[in-house]
Amino acid sequence: MSDNQEKLTDKDFKDPYEYGFETEIDSDFAPKGLNEEIVKFISNKKNEPKWLLEWRLAAYKKWLTMKEPNWSSVRYPAIDYQDSYYYAAPKKTEKIESLDDVDPKLLETYNKLGIPLKEQEWLAGVAVDAVFDSVSVGTTFKEKLKEDGVIFCSFSEAVVEYPDLIRKYLGTVIPRTDNYFAALNSAVFSDGSFVYIPPGVKCPMELSTYFRINAAGTGQFERTLVIADKDSYVSYLEGCTAPMRDEHQLHAAVVELVALEGAEIKYSTVQNWYPGDENGKGGVYNFVTKRGDCRGNNSKISWTQVETGSAITWKYPSCVLKGDNSSGEFYSIAVSNNYQQVDSGTKMIHLGKNTSSRIISKGISTGNSSNTYRGLVSIHPKSKNSRNFTQCDSLLLTDSCSANTIPYIQSKNINSIVEHEATSSKISDDQLFYCRQRGLNEEEAVSLIVNGFCKDVLQKLPMEFAVEAQRLLSVSLEGSVG
Amino acid sequence: MKNFLKIKDLSISVEDKCIIKNLNLNINKGEVHALMGPNGCGKSTLSNVLAGKEGYNITNGKISFSGENLLKFSPDERANKGIFLAFQYPVEIPGVTNINFIKTALESNRQYNGLDPIKPGDFLKLIKEKSKLLGISDENLKRQLNVGFSGGEKKRNEALQLMMLEPSLAILDETDSGLDVDAFKIVADAVNSTRSKKNSMLIITHYQRLLERIQPDIVHVFINGSIIESGGPELAEEIDKNGYERFNNA
Ligand SMILES: Nc1ncnc2c1ncn2[C@@H]1O[C@H](COP(=O)(O)OP(=O)(O)OP(=O)(O)O)[C@@H](O)[C@H]1O
Ligand SMILES: [Mg+2]
Repeated sequence: MSDNQEKLTDKDFKDPYEYGFETEIDSDFAPKGLNEEIVKFISNKKNEPKWLLEWRLAAYKKWLTMKEPNWSSVRYPAIDYQDSYYYAAPKKTEKIESLDDVDPKLLETYNKLGIPLKEQEWLAGVAVDAVFDSVSVGTTFKEKLKEDGVIFCSFSEAVVEYPDLIRKYLGTVIPRTDNYFAALNSAVFSDGSFVYIPPGVKCPMELSTYFRINAAGTGQFERTLVIADKDSYVSYLEGCTAPMRDEHQLHAAVVELVALEGAEIKYSTVQNWYPGDENGKGGVYNFVTKRGDCRGNNSKISWTQVETGSAITWKYPSCVLKGDNSSGEFYSIAVSNNYQQVDSGTKMIHLGKNTSSRIISKGISTGNSSNTYRGLVSIHPKSKNSRNFTQCDSLLLTDSCSANTIPYIQSKNINSIVEHEATSSKISDDQLFYCRQRGLNEEEAVSLIVNGFCKDVLQKLPMEFAVEAQRLLSVSLEGSVG
Repeated sequence: MKNFLKIKDLSISVEDKCIIKNLNLNINKGEVHALMGPNGCGKSTLSNVLAGKEGYNITNGKISFSGENLLKFSPDERANKGIFLAFQYPVEIPGVTNINFIKTALESNRQYNGLDPIKPGDFLKLIKEKSKLLGISDENLKRQLNVGFSGGEKKRNEALQLMMLEPSLAILDETDSGLDVDAFKIVADAVNSTRSKKNSMLIITHYQRLLERIQPDIVHVFINGSIIESGGPELAEEIDKNGYERFNNA
């Protein structure tokens, strides 16, 4: 197709008949609800090429025919998809050159959350692409990255600047109709991050994005695409904290990773969306689809996550091990407190020969929460000499919480080995007393023991993230012993 | 200070079983007391109650520490006020390194007592010095707390924590049990070196030889939940020679 570069402009959409709400076009919000017009509105707002609009519309049409999944352990009232906004831009829409141009109020919010953007700039070289509501407002370190040919920008910007790459890779790991929430995201995704590492380049710094939900009633549909070309390496950090709010919010992100021959991607997440109050009121629904494709031989993808937030988490960062000798890793800490529900895990799909995968999952439950690890290890007939090791440990802090481990193992090659170990334990009174006898209060003692329990995963996180994650673990377990 | 620790008419029961009966004990500041008694007489129970462990029913009596009612404080408050218990059976805490645990404990103590955090360099110097004294290797400092430690290694580690935290009242619950001949001397001498006018010790032991190295001011004979006789070091010698027979029949 020759019209890759074609940009749709506002003008193409100013036909009131096609739109039906012309006057709304300049507003910061699309009207409530979801229909084809909204999809067009979003695409138009972002100056997207026609093929992408069509891609979105196809996803939308398919979504209409799909059913919300109900196989997981999570339970929630029916979501009214028409009662939500699907596009919200921040007040200021001009391009921002430097952080100085960012709304001071916004910077203050970041500061409150303990993530001073300003400092991040000076820190050991962490590039920050902050997503505020649906549009990126600040991108730093771009110049330095450019020298190495690394592309790190907002997804919308990539659509305009690098349409060929987007078109080549978008939806190739997670098809737009993969599942209900991925289809929804494909139709209405707002913004997110795009990363491309050229062949042979080791990305000179950790890339990080902080996601926030801020405008009331705005669903978040982030879209992230990371491509590591041949023999390249990148470490990507994603973290989020959402401020207090009272109503449920849907967050249905899609993250696609592509590792070509010899490439390695390390993707780390600290997730702390608002979990709802102690009575289970409010909180974010985190229904995320994350998948990495080890497309080339000798490639490697590693997911590390610390999940403490959200009322409901439904999330299975996965690896498709297509290339021979490729490897996938999943290191996870999932904390559930009060009435939080977690159904999370991973899928390791072994397709190539000599592929290996490693899963270490640490679930910590307290309060009245439920915490399920659900993982699939699938070794296909042609995946000779492949191996998986899975270790799932659960720690329960109260009698009223629950933890489950549900492993699915499909091994269709007799030369391959799958190992699974699972433990479930409680913090003993003697351990608590020992710590307290040394001067730690009850919460500090629990936090220390929990951090010890999670050590294998915490040490997989980049240093600066590990510290933040430890703090987060302590905070999320506050008042949880009883 | 007189009556730094004062236990008056203390009775304790566990699950309706009376374990400590009408116990009286006064320890002045700077004194070292030894507590000797047969298995199951209630020594560890007493230590646990002093340290604030839950699950014991205090049916009668009072305990004051440094002039305050000890029983109203939580275990961590007691620890931070200067009570240290070297456990008879130290627990394992997976994933937490020994050195990190000690640092966390020291920070809690300092913070509670209004002191600034110790500088990382100073901490390292201090712990290296103390662990050298106790013959603890750097490797064992980096290991997970007590996980897979031998019995003797665990005891040395309790002594290390004691030396790092510098409590005003150290309770040693059979810290000497399980140590080999050489370790026994090393640990006993190290603990003895912490003796000063400003702190007190309650040493629970089955062996008189420990009291040769840490000479107590007073030895108490503890039978069936009460102290039935107190005296000088010669009491320990007698027990070592003749056992508890005389006291049992008393
Ligand atoms: N939680 C408990 N439930 C039931 N009995 C208990 C409990 N704790 C202690 N006891 C009993 O109380 C008595 C005193 O126990 P304690 O551990 O204090 O003895 P000890 O003097 O330290 O003995 P040793 O010299 O063997 O260490 C024992 O008979 C013990 O079985
Ligand atoms: Mg005992």
